Amino acid sequence: MLSIKNLHASIDGKEILRGINLEIKAGEVHAIMGPNGSGKSTLSAVLAGREEYEVTEGEVIFNGKNLLELAPEDRAREGVFLAFQYPVEIPGVSNINFLKTALNEIRAYKGLPPMEAKDFLALVKEKQKLVELDGKLANRSVNEGFSGGEKKRNEIFQMAMLSPKLAILDETDSGLDIDALRIVAGGVNTLKSKENATIVITHYQRLLDYIIPDMVHILYKGQIVKSGPKELALELEEKGYDFIKEEIGA
Amino acid sequence: MRAVILSLSKYLCSSIEGSFNMETITKINTTEKLINAFESSKNSLFGDLELREQAIESFSKQGIPNRKHEEYKYVNVELLLKRDFAISTATTVTAEQMANVQMLKDAFVVVIENGNFSKNLSSIASLPKGINIQNIAEATGNAAFQKHYAKYADVNNDAFIAMNTAFTSGGVFIHIEKNTVIEKPIHILHVSSAAENAIINPRNLMVVEENAQAKIVESFATVASAGKVFNNALTEIFIGANANLQHYKIQDENEAGMLLNTTQAYQEKQSVFSTNNFTLSGLFVRNNLNIVLDDEFIETHLNGLYLTRGNQVVDNHTLVDHRKPNCNSNELYKGIIEDKSAATFNGKIFVRKDAQKTNAFQSNKNILLSDDGTINTKPQLEIYADDVKCSHGTSTGKLDEDKIFYLRARGLSETSAKKLLMHAFASEVVENIKIEELRDYVEEKITGRFA
Ligand SMILES: Nc1ncnc2c1ncn2[C@@H]1O[C@H](COP(=O)(O)OP(=O)(O)O)[C@@H](O)[C@H]1O
Ligand SMILES: [Mg+2]
Repeated sequence: MLSIKNLHASIDGKEILRGINLEIKAGEVHAIMGPNGSGKSTLSAVLAGREEYEVTEGEVIFNGKNLLELAPEDRAREGVFLAFQYPVEIPGVSNINFLKTALNEIRAYKGLPPMEAKDFLALVKEKQKLVELDGKLANRSVNEGFSGGEKKRNEIFQMAMLSPKLAILDETDSGLDIDALRIVAGGVNTLKSKENATIVITHYQRLLDYIIPDMVHILYKGQIVKSGPKELALELEEKGYDFIKEEIGA
Repeated sequence: MRAVILSLSKYLCSSIEGSFNMETITKINTTEKLINAFESSKNSLFGDLELREQAIESFSKQGIPNRKHEEYKYVNVELLLKRDFAISTATTVTAEQMANVQMLKDAFVVVIENGNFSKNLSSIASLPKGINIQNIAEATGNAAFQKHYAKYADVNNDAFIAMNTAFTSGGVFIHIEKNTVIEKPIHILHVSSAAENAIINPRNLMVVEENAQAKIVESFATVASAGKVFNNALTEIFIGANANLQHYKIQDENEAGMLLNTTQAYQEKQSVFSTNNFTLSGLFVRNNLNIVLDDEFIETHLNGLYLTRGNQVVDNHTLVDHRKPNCNSNELYKGIIEDKSAATFNGKIFVRKDAQKTNAFQSNKNILLSDDGTINTKPQLEIYADDVKCSHGTSTGKLDEDKIFYLRARGLSETSAKKLLMHAFASEVVENIKIEELRDYVEEKITGRFA
């Protein structure tokens, strides 16, 4: 589904990603862990199409398409979804209106007619329940005045509404209490299928008790320095990131 | 991008000249021409000749302001008026054009056609008790009219007040009697369409007596016409003790229309006045909005939205004059500036020595969408009392890239993302429209605008 080869990216002339390689197949869950500043959010931003980052080398193929050539909206329409680490507040833009526009533009891209109003409302109801998002929040302006946890839940709600093929969750767990974490993880697990894949970016092993990854990758200074089965996350948690430094002789 | 540029007059000048070079400009001394025209027409004008003579004298002293005039330095109104204008003109508004500029189904509609009250086009036949609506030319015998007419707009303050007072040939007098509450809005529809270039001077007087409540909408539209219209419209508003007036102005003058719109309001004790100004189009729009808070516990809300593009020039000058203690005023003006257009916001707040415990807030926010657009914003607070809460803030920026990216990352095209954000920016002002039908109308205009 996703194939990243030797991806280099920089911002303001500073190289942040220094040769990332990653292969993800449909149905898989991959966890990316790494210390602060290692480039996790940069990787997700580059995949989502943030234009500030300059890709200097490498390629990303998503379901046979050259992802890096697509505009951000076309990536979304092809099925890439990024749950932002820091979702922005957009006063004056209603959550529901914006999702309706998003959904219908994605449908138009696929040659489908706009969704019927009542089908849309039914979908909103169903997905709202999934992430236990208060109906009032769904109707308010995008993330305006939401708590940290509500913002993260709103990201998962949006993901549920748009049913992407590849979901990238950028530290969706950070700042969540255990109940919220369970709800978010439950939402992600319910949406998991043989056809889609998930990249879970996290700082802590904790989330991986709820979302079991097929693979764990450790990102360090813009490179994946170690990959392994889910046990790698536990080892990392136990030994701390210093063990990585020792292991790679940094 | 240029923000808060004080010496932009050169640019404005060329912008306006640029839009005129399709016609030959005969450099007319309009001030002189108007003075001569007054002499020959003064005896056919209605009302108080003495007042008109004072006005023309004041006008001749002031002259049409040029860019050296402090209050008019951002817009070359002198140049706009350097063409052959008739003082009034036959109108050519068709029934179809009239239908296009209607905006409220449920309202008492007063039509001011090329500056004159049109009884035929108005629908005010069955007014409820306590409301009087009539042509000012026929109201000169009315006691309330006499008490308030030309008492608030001082001819010595501004050349356009003087011009209007000297030349007006019609307009509407609206009188809401004491304790009268009227739910249905009154819509004053100014529509212009002239066979030749014309300066028109409609004059309105609104008197909302003690403890009365009303909603008044003024709309301004120029429909396609052979001549160019310079509309020097003036409205005086009196709001009595405990009275409440919602006032709306919808300015949609199209590519050629020129509007100089003075609103002079006077508030008495505990009254509430909210005035909402929407400038949706127009080659040139200048608003002079002056409000005097002349007693205690008065509340005043000023909201404005201006959307400019092409070569348009929109200039909002507001003045909130706090004269007595314990009053609140709250002002929010927002603008979206596209292409080579230019907008000015000049907001003055006076807090006089007696006006202790005043709360006065002002905010002006702008989005500049092009590199060639200009926004000039100038808050002026003059505070002579020491126990007050006053604040002002201005901001000018582009649309937020983080927000655009967030929306695009959900599948919205860049265009829809921007549209949504502009709509959101404007909605803070639009939300203040309390007449649902009118709010829907403005919403639709804005949606269409950014489509
Ligand atoms: N917009 C930016 N401008 C400059 N440097 C940036 C920018 N975004 C990220 N960086 C730098 O890139 C590195 C990686 O950041 P980031 O991808 O956010 O790391 P992580 O998500 O792993 O904590 C950091 O050193 C950070 O300072
Ligand atoms: Mg990060």
